[in-house]
Amino acid sequence: MGTLLQVRGLKTQFFTQDGVVNAVNGISYDLNEGETLGIVGESGCGKSVSVLSVMRLIPTPPGRIVGGEVLFQGRDLLKIDEEEIRQVRGNKIAMIFQDPMTSLNPVLTISQQVSESLELHMGMDKEQARRRSIELLEMVNIPEAGDRIDDYPHQFSGGMRQRVMIAMGLSCNPQLLIADEPTTALDVTIQAQIIDIIKRLKQELGMAIVWITHDLGIIAGLAERVVVMYAGYLIEEAGVKDLYGDPRHPYTVGLLRSVPRLDQRIKEKLIPIEGMPPDLIDVPPGCPFAPRCVYAIERCLEENPHLETVGPRHKVACWVDITGGER
Amino acid sequence: MADNSVLVEIKALRMWFPITQGIIIQRHVGDIKAVDGVSFSIRKGETLGLVGESGCGKTTTGRAILQLYRPTGGEVLFEGKDLCALKGETLRRMRRHMQMIFQDPYASLNPRMTVGNIVGEPLEVHNIMRGAELRERVQELLRIVGLNPYFVNRYPHEFSGGQRQRIGVARALALQPDFIVCDEPISALDVSIQAQIVNLLEELQAEFNLTYLFIAHDLSVVRHISDRVAVMYLGKIVELTDRDTLYEDPQHPYTKSLLSAVPIPDPIIEEKRERIILKGDVPSPANPPSGCNFRTRCPVVMDICAEVDPEWKDIGGGHWAACHRVS
Repeated sequence: MGTLLQVRGLKTQFFTQDGVVNAVNGISYDLNEGETLGIVGESGCGKSVSVLSVMRLIPTPPGRIVGGEVLFQGRDLLKIDEEEIRQVRGNKIAMIFQDPMTSLNPVLTISQQVSESLELHMGMDKEQARRRSIELLEMVNIPEAGDRIDDYPHQFSGGMRQRVMIAMGLSCNPQLLIADEPTTALDVTIQAQIIDIIKRLKQELGMAIVWITHDLGIIAGLAERVVVMYAGYLIEEAGVKDLYGDPRHPYTVGLLRSVPRLDQRIKEKLIPIEGMPPDLIDVPPGCPFAPRCVYAIERCLEENPHLETVGPRHKVACWVDITGGER
Repeated sequence: MADNSVLVEIKALRMWFPITQGIIIQRHVGDIKAVDGVSFSIRKGETLGLVGESGCGKTTTGRAILQLYRPTGGEVLFEGKDLCALKGETLRRMRRHMQMIFQDPYASLNPRMTVGNIVGEPLEVHNIMRGAELRERVQELLRIVGLNPYFVNRYPHEFSGGQRQRIGVARALALQPDFIVCDEPISALDVSIQAQIVNLLEELQAEFNLTYLFIAHDLSVVRHISDRVAVMYLGKIVELTDRDTLYEDPQHPYTKSLLSAVPIPDPIIEEKRERIILKGDVPSPANPPSGCNFRTRCPVVMDICAEVDPEWKDIGGGHWAACHRVS
């Protein structure tokens, strides 16, 4: 399998009245064709900004991508012109967003919205686009798609709207689907439906997926590799089984310990991560997690660790080897 | 649990909201059956978890118990007294024994009031204390919930989500209530902060012998915090039993599919899990299906389910369920 996407040293900042917000601080990762990568982190850790940067959807001003490369099939998306990036968006890379209520236009029918990219990118005429739209809606299990295609978004439930978003995302057979917390606003039974559809379509269409979430449970059953982000830094990257079976960063360990599990009987106390994530305007020197870290040593407060390889395709940014000893 | 006596008992609670038509003369054309015949009891010192998907009536149940909505039918017995029959000053005097913690820590605190005023307001309203005594009590309350007592003169916007939720908890504790309805108290918080609030609620329960009705859609958290759990679907409770029985030996098909939909943060377990994917969405509570409310999505539906509403019965050892398949 070839490499589809290479992100190299991506750095995005927001220039606000209060100062410069360091949203993404030089992150790098690779994505193979047909692979599913999970990006995990809490709100404000830069996970959404990092993928919006990949798509060049950062509102400028106040935001700006200040450094790095995004190589998609060998081409740097940060260097090509507006017209070219428009051909990539929707056509080669599609994105679905968290909130299906606000990402659909309330005054256009479902048919108009799904057909738009088909007409724009695939050169279909109105009739073809409409027929294809109905097929797409059937593909994501919208009942009576032929009748409901002329409905407006408010006539659809939340789960159905998210399925429409998926249908729109997949309308041009993208090679990469970026899913930004697509199930966070939905109930668990609807979430299970959506994940089921995406897993099936991934097999049928063979696309790569970047799935952003704060829910470690979803990623466990979905991704092949996972990167963990904290305060705009990528702090751990591993295969999904390594990450859950042998987490190396204290933050990853903390996250896994602090969530109660459905399959656990013992009623012992949860182990929270004390404190709060840092302010991204005024990030202290050293490791951003050091103030909350139980393993922190003096070096952590002075120098920010780089990603180091600790196993096959397993990297971690931490001065302390939490399995014992110092690196 | 300190003792087994019942603190709150709900009998056939019904909360219907009228649907009207017409602008000048409003005709009553139907009802939203948000809560439709719910019965359960909560023992002193226990935590009863109430789970279900959005729109199933969990929050309405909580509010109807506290008389924030006046129920349209049934009884709410608090230490044997029917709250629905009380009004005016007698009801107001009962209210100090029951409090609520709200879901959204941003919307539930008045942005123009200082933390001291917010936490002290219940004490003033009920004429319990004022002046220096009040100030001291507020500071003590802040200490109890893990906030710095010097924060009394700050405003809510100066605090993070987790800290705001602590302020909400301090306000609920001010009147030393016996019973607290926790309405999704952690779902708006980040993963690493959720555990802090869950632990706080557990500590407070042990210290002040509190009784909780814990409303949530996150089944993992509910398993962690509850002694018994009730599962709600479209205005009715479908199953209620002690926590471990519910999670390890669920009887109602809705409970089974709900549990199977929750992802577990362990890729090895996720690989082997069989999911029951429910079809479609929850029907409208304005027009619920005939017979059993769950029959439109039930994977094991029978003919009788469309005709007869299953009886809410004890199937042995305090395990209650409403399903024709369960005997």
